[in-house]
Amino acid sequence: MNRLSAENVTLAYDQRVIAEELSVEIPDNSFTVIVGPNACGKSTLLRALSRMLKPSQGRVLLDGQVIQSMPAKKVARTLGLLPQSSIAPDGITVADLVGRGRYPHQGILRQWSTEDERVVQESMRQTGVAELAERYVDELSGGQRQRVWIAMALAQQTPLLLLDEPTTYLDIQHQIDVLDLCAELHEEQGRTLVAVLHDLNHAARYATHLIALKGGEVIAEGAPNDIVTAELVEEVFGLRCQIIDDPETGTPLVVPAARKARAVKTSA
Amino acid sequence: MKTNRAVRTPGGLSVRLDVRALTVVLLLLLAAFAASVLLIGTGDFPISAGDVVKTLLGNGDPGQEFIVNELRLPRVLVALLVGASLGLGGALFQAVSGNPLGSPDILGLGQGATAGALTMIVLFSGSANQVTIGALVGGLVTGLAIYLLAWKQGVHGYRLVLVGIGMSAILTAVNGYLLTVSDIVDAARSVVWMTGSLSGRDWAQVWPLLALCTVLVPLVLANARGLRMMEMGDDVSNALGVRVERVRALLMISAVLLTAAATAAAGPVSFVALTAPQLARRLTRSPGPNLLPSLCMGAALLVVADWASQRLFGADQMPVGVVTGVVGGAYLLWLLVTERRAGRI
Repeated sequence: MNRLSAENVTLAYDQRVIAEELSVEIPDNSFTVIVGPNACGKSTLLRALSRMLKPSQGRVLLDGQVIQSMPAKKVARTLGLLPQSSIAPDGITVADLVGRGRYPHQGILRQWSTEDERVVQESMRQTGVAELAERYVDELSGGQRQRVWIAMALAQQTPLLLLDEPTTYLDIQHQIDVLDLCAELHEEQGRTLVAVLHDLNHAARYATHLIALKGGEVIAEGAPNDIVTAELVEEVFGLRCQIIDDPETGTPLVVPAARKARAVKTSA
Repeated sequence: MKTNRAVRTPGGLSVRLDVRALTVVLLLLLAAFAASVLLIGTGDFPISAGDVVKTLLGNGDPGQEFIVNELRLPRVLVALLVGASLGLGGALFQAVSGNPLGSPDILGLGQGATAGALTMIVLFSGSANQVTIGALVGGLVTGLAIYLLAWKQGVHGYRLVLVGIGMSAILTAVNGYLLTVSDIVDAARSVVWMTGSLSGRDWAQVWPLLALCTVLVPLVLANARGLRMMEMGDDVSNALGVRVERVRALLMISAVLLTAAATAAAGPVSFVALTAPQLARRLTRSPGPNLLPSLCMGAALLVVADWASQRLFGADQMPVGVVTGVVGGAYLLWLLVTERRAGRI
């Protein structure tokens, strides 16, 4: 039995239903990536898995318990989340922001232990922001800032880490940078990672487990090598393409069909 | 600039201290105490600072003892408590709304309390106690209305401010109506109340405020760490294990209670709730809600303002609300200009 799963959840914002009867298992120790076209419900699913959104029906289970019924800090010591939008308070330093990730491990009489200090240093080192420790977060570039937020989530020391579009707004170099970091966290520390990504090629390259979502339904899931086919991409994204082997990694690489080839298809 | 120090015990307990914030708190307490002593010594029978301290410690002569303990001390205590409540209430409002303008002065809580007080004065010719209760109820109802209109679906900085401005416009109109229909005696009484004044405050006003602060201040400070996390947005703080909705509701209720009680005791003293947290933040230079420094700043500001108004205009000539209004209003303008420059408006 896997640690994190959603069972027959119906996800809705007010009256707008995003997904119905959706069931998803996150395999332990995997780097799971959720992909799908815009508005397919991938971020919504991640929000439900991280208890930001309460399913109107069904349940999300963490270690066999309904996630909403668990003490908030206990969940926060098991499952971390890097949301799409977060606000760095005015005039906060990198070390202070990363230190805030220790909140679920602290209490009113245990505000800053040597363990906290050590974990913060380690998290900053792992994400390569240790030398920025005393800098203000507002002064950093987008790529650096994203690393700082990841460091904060790491300082939470959770075996499960959920990331909502961690590469959006970053240039290609920093995108790869962040994904490499995720792969490292997964491989070297055995953390279970779940990320929502836009770029199918990045997903195929880095994921060990891929979940393809469309209209709130899981169309396919499994290892990228097993499930990414031209048919699947056409079904999920409505895009004709070829799948070739990534010359660097051997993972599936999606090459969209030329515009003219696609035009023939639609007029036929 | 690293001012955080961790103090740890062998048993695994640890407390994090911001040295700079702690220094600011101590200096503000000192300033509040000094201004209080001066304020007690000021009046038709001036008493030297040394004699005031001696009397407070129980070694004064009987005449001075009466003036100090019965007449002037309660007034100063009301000033300290009102200032502290407004400072803390303002800091809570500003932290939860993430906006310096999200403070009770702008949101119409003062106008709400005024509407309650004027209703008692004008329509019922109520006693002083009834006016106090009216103000309290008015403030609480306004707070609840703002919560339902703006906070229910999470706070979004300027939305809250705009709802508050709308609210305070309506209430100002109500207050204007009440003043128009009142006779001249009630109108005069109303206007004095509306300016915010400390004169004639006695022990009867001290006890309820003190009791409220004794309950709410520790409760609020115990939730300060959660509030600090909430600066990073609801998602991040939820993910860190903060029960955001619960903490927010608890702190807002506390802030409304503090503000309404302070207003009921001294009238709507302008702008202390707006300025105290901002000044405190500039002194501590630390991110976060700065709750304790704001509380001390509020207390110090109000006694200093009261002392200044008595020195400049003579005993009980000028209500303290006039001084805080002028100083705070100027500060608000300055804040608006800098906010604009920072591109936030």
